[in-house]
Amino acid sequence: MTATHFRIYVKDVGAADCNIDERVLVALERAQGLGQLNPLPCKLPVGCRRGGCGICKAKIVTGEFLRTPMSRSHISVDDEQAGFVLSCSIYPRSDLLLKLECSTKTGTKGKKVISNEEENQ
Amino acid sequence: MAHTGVLRPGFIQLRVLDMPSAITHYVDRIGLHQVSEGPDGRIYLKSADEFDHHSVVLRRADSAGMDVMAFKVAKDSDLDRFEKRITDYGYVVDHIPPEEQPGIGRRIGFMLESGHRIELFAHAEQSDPKPLTLNPDVWDYEPHGMRARRFDHALLYGPNVEKNLDFFCNVLDFSCTETVGPTGNLIAVFLSAGMKAHDIAFANYPSPGKLHHISFELENWNDVGHAADIIARYDISIDIGPTRHGITRGQTIYFFDPSGNRNEVFAGGFTFYPDHPIRTWDEGHVGKAIFYYERVLNDAFLSVVT
Ligand SMILES: [Fe+2]
Repeated sequence: MTATHFRIYVKDVGAADCNIDERVLVALERAQGLGQLNPLPCKLPVGCRRGGCGICKAKIVTGEFLRTPMSRSHISVDDEQAGFVLSCSIYPRSDLLLKLECSTKTGTKGKKVISNEEENQ
Repeated sequence: MAHTGVLRPGFIQLRVLDMPSAITHYVDRIGLHQVSEGPDGRIYLKSADEFDHHSVVLRRADSAGMDVMAFKVAKDSDLDRFEKRITDYGYVVDHIPPEEQPGIGRRIGFMLESGHRIELFAHAEQSDPKPLTLNPDVWDYEPHGMRARRFDHALLYGPNVEKNLDFFCNVLDFSCTETVGPTGNLIAVFLSAGMKAHDIAFANYPSPGKLHHISFELENWNDVGHAADIIARYDISIDIGPTRHGITRGQTIYFFDPSGNRNEVFAGGFTFYPDHPIRTWDEGHVGKAIFYYERVLNDAFLSVVT
């Protein structure tokens, strides 16, 4: 029988179950809700969940996945070749090991905000 | 006619990553109608409750976001009058010939200091479906999906919002209805060409030319609830809501189209007259200003744009 779900390992953070027809980011959101990504240093960066806003950028370290359209403003051709994806726009085809690109920084009012490492057009 | 010059938002042109899923979203879910497809593949959409040819244009592209938002002015000579005023203000005006978009007359265009392109046009042909005018039933075509009645407004993110405020008020004769933040360091400004609480709004953001959301007007709070059912049933990516904005008082849901462009459906909002004072929200009340019931911003409001 072919696999219908896979494990998504987030480097240094934990793991999530992800259905074959489920966006990886959505599986991570659920896992965070279930307390399975506790060491994550910031709230999971969830934005549009549809490949447009770029906030859920991640690097796939190992594993296979199905890619759906994602904005070139956030994943350039070079990024793509280097293994970067928007985690909302991939579906697993094997277990995956990925590394989130989000960072926490403290704003002027001491409020933790999430941003991408680089701001690009 | 008391309402002259800029009448209302005319259309917005959006970039989408995948056209078939965008059409399903805007037609079947939001409830718009496809008017036509251009030779370059652009798709022209409208609500059945709008008279003019189209109000939303979809363009296939590699990135999401907006290309241009256009406003309709009352008469053709307004275009010449505004061109002179815009040029005198120091902005460069360019010209788009009639029929560059089907059914739309000549347009003038210019770039705001927030990095957004704005256009003005005076002429639009009407297209079907449109509201009835003789013994008018409430609709001709039965509304479907979220039953959007019009493209209502957009919130755009970019730098220099106070320069946009000055330009819209002093060159395009808009009124400022509401602001967020301290004078001299405004976080957001809300601008109306007529009697709506806003036709366009800007929020300060370091990157220019960003889209926060485009908004569709619904008839009432019941339709906002119906829209929420559609969002859940079809697994549309939700941002927040149903809730209410303190700003404008609109009842609202934020969600995302299949390319990640944020949409809003919106009902209500206060009536604005040009003699009304500006309503202001200070930084301590920004949560309530944006999400009146939650009284706190979500992470996505400040950081998620296309
Ligand atoms: Fe809005």
